[in-house]
Amino acid sequence: MFIGITLATHAHTEAQIRARRDYGKYILPVIASLLVLALVFWLAKNIQIDGTAYFINIAFIGLTNGALYALIALGYTLVYGILELINFAHGDVFMLGGMFSATMILSVFHLKAGASTGSLIGAILGSLVVAMAACGLLNATIERIAYRPLRGAPRLAPLITAIGMSFILEDIAIAWKGPGYTAVPSVLPHGELFSISGVTYTWEKFIVVLITLPVLLLLVWLVQKTRQGKAMRATAQDRDAAAMMGIDVNRTISFTFLIAGGLAGTGGLVYALYFGQIRYDTGFQLGLIAFTAAVLGGIGNLPGAVLGALLIGFIQAFNEGLTWHSPGSDWTESIVFSILILILVFRPQGLLGERTPEGA
Amino acid sequence: MRRRVIAGVGEGWWALLGTFGLTRARWRELPRIARRAVKAVLWLVVGLLLIAFLGVWEWSALAIAAVVLVLVVPDYGRITVRGRRVGRFIVPAAVLVLAATYPFYASSQGDVSPSMPQLPIFGPVPQMSTMVGMAVFSIMALGLNFVVGYAGLLDLGYVAFYAMGSYTAGWFASSQFSKQNVYFGAIGVTPGLTGFHFSIWLVLLMAGIATAVIGILIGLPTLRLRGDYLAIVTLGFGEILPQIARNGDNLFGTGFNLTNGTGGITPIDPPGFGSWLHHHVGLPANFLTLGTNSDRAFFWCALILVLLTIFASSRLRDSRLGRAWIAIREDEVAAAAMGVPLMRTKTWAYATGAFFGGVAGAYYASYVSGAFPDSFFFQISVFILCMVILGGMGNIWGVIFGACFLTYLNLEGLSNIGGWLNNHFGPGGSDFELWHKTLDVPEYAYGIYGLILVIVMLFRPEGLIPSSRRAAEFHEGVHDQPLYDAAA
Repeated sequence: MFIGITLATHAHTEAQIRARRDYGKYILPVIASLLVLALVFWLAKNIQIDGTAYFINIAFIGLTNGALYALIALGYTLVYGILELINFAHGDVFMLGGMFSATMILSVFHLKAGASTGSLIGAILGSLVVAMAACGLLNATIERIAYRPLRGAPRLAPLITAIGMSFILEDIAIAWKGPGYTAVPSVLPHGELFSISGVTYTWEKFIVVLITLPVLLLLVWLVQKTRQGKAMRATAQDRDAAAMMGIDVNRTISFTFLIAGGLAGTGGLVYALYFGQIRYDTGFQLGLIAFTAAVLGGIGNLPGAVLGALLIGFIQAFNEGLTWHSPGSDWTESIVFSILILILVFRPQGLLGERTPEGA
Repeated sequence: MRRRVIAGVGEGWWALLGTFGLTRARWRELPRIARRAVKAVLWLVVGLLLIAFLGVWEWSALAIAAVVLVLVVPDYGRITVRGRRVGRFIVPAAVLVLAATYPFYASSQGDVSPSMPQLPIFGPVPQMSTMVGMAVFSIMALGLNFVVGYAGLLDLGYVAFYAMGSYTAGWFASSQFSKQNVYFGAIGVTPGLTGFHFSIWLVLLMAGIATAVIGILIGLPTLRLRGDYLAIVTLGFGEILPQIARNGDNLFGTGFNLTNGTGGITPIDPPGFGSWLHHHVGLPANFLTLGTNSDRAFFWCALILVLLTIFASSRLRDSRLGRAWIAIREDEVAAAAMGVPLMRTKTWAYATGAFFGGVAGAYYASYVSGAFPDSFFFQISVFILCMVILGGMGNIWGVIFGACFLTYLNLEGLSNIGGWLNNHFGPGGSDFELWHKTLDVPEYAYGIYGLILVIVMLFRPEGLIPSSRRAAEFHEGVHDQPLYDAAA
């Protein structure tokens, strides 16, 4: 639209400009495909050096990380889809979810390494319910206190309170668990699920997927099939119109925050079980990575968040695991943030591209 | 809800005063100066009583109260000389004089002077080193104010500019690059020491320019993004640059040591004016040889830098560029339609903000004599943002107030408050034992800043000392739909 205005005053002819613009149209895809080609070459070279089995093992790590990131990224994307707000405190809600789970495992169920399968399943399910409920309520409360009063304010105002809330949550964690790491005993079985010619898939990695997948399916069902999900989609599409159709917008938004918090709580449990330690600043780092995943997939788009999370998980695992010319874990953050910046600058709609959770 | 609470408190207050015969209408009839005087005297009496009964009383408290009274009550802004409103410079000039003479009345032998009163909870007045920090963070906050306050762009990675400034000082005023041997007016460097050794005043300028260039490089691709995306992208840069600083001792496996890794670059050459100026004008040749008085020299120099920053801020705000910034902040679409070049204007805001961030970073690096990667966390960005928001976005004096207050809290205040709380309510506390383990208040610093952010945004989004224009935006709303969306 604004290009049209400048056209009239400019000395260039319209044809010239169109020619130049058409030219520019190819630059980005060419660069992108060159990058992808380089990436594929780098992966192939690594497979050649380390062997296929090692590569697949690394990929399994990536899959596990990706599943965890997906849980958190979905929280960002749900909230963004409905409120166009980057819920900066989401990562810290996830961290508190890990803390809740750690407390449940340590102090309520007294779970130790090598516990029986029955007590393990019971404890995990119990912790899951508690973490989901606590984080969901926490997230909905944060929305009520810090975001709802600012609905009509300039759009950066709720982002600033979100940052503030994030810091407050981190301090709550410090007051609760201290500034050091809270260790969770490795209760998950480390045995192999299968091992075929050097490719091993361990139980603990499988359990992460086992917890994540039903939650994701439940979310899809909820957004896609239920009345509440329909209200969410309607609110995301047009808040005013939804209100006119009799949808309680505030309640729907609260519900979305509740769901997002529940996902973060699940993520917290998975993190505490899988990595075995959690600290007050865990949520900040992981939250940013998960946010990148959401942006990569197309923020507001639920399958996009999962896709982005898996991609980021693989990128991280390959970067840290592969040996041939990989930057290593020192640079993981830089790589993830570079991806974030590149995506935002060149393709802000992400890989899958929608802005509302309709495509779920 | 909160409006009703505020209104209710107001009603109750006036009902109470009304019972003493002072109704709202009568109060309003009083001349303005009398109302101000009454308010100021009441506040000061409360403060003095607190000092006398809960703090440490010194008679100098009365002198301080008198100075505050003289500064606050009369409406200096109306004083004109031959039609020029020179009066509005009186209070800033007086504050400047008070700040510049601070080392003489508030500190003795590098420590806090014993003749100063102590507030309850907060404890003694700030030390000289804290004053240096206040001045440096004022520069940084004023720099961020260009971006957040004037142009309305949220920058969550301002710490990157601070880091860039510090490392520029590290590169050009230390022995970091051992293969070089370049001297240009450096002070206090043993002859024969390798590395770049430029005069620190030159380094400040170089740091500013280098950081501004970085700001432009970051800004050019990202500034067309909408507000919240821009915030995240700047946050990304704010995380990437410190990581490069941390890992930069062996860049790309080439063995090239750019940043000396986690150890940081230290020592950095001290500032000074050299022996010629020392002998002819009496300026200190080298700040570090001043002993306990070195903080004074650092403070006065920082004060001059703050003055330059204030000058640049106020002149730029009223310039064509500054008005363009404000236009973009208020309504991007309208500004674009009126012919304001969005990209160029935003990039200038970014570069200007970056410039001052770089200068402040370089100066602070020379003060602490090192550039360390650990001091460039995301938290610092939010800390500086908190200064701007608490003080009042877009208002120079508000921002300086926010910077001074929060820096004081960060460096001294919180530990003083923590000590007071623990003495009174901690283990074996003198009043009663509320908690049984010593409370480490500075550990919760960032949560406190977060709380300040939330409370200010909810209850007084225009800040404590607002610019009237910004306050109107928050209360009447703005059309801050970004062009990106409007055009799509």
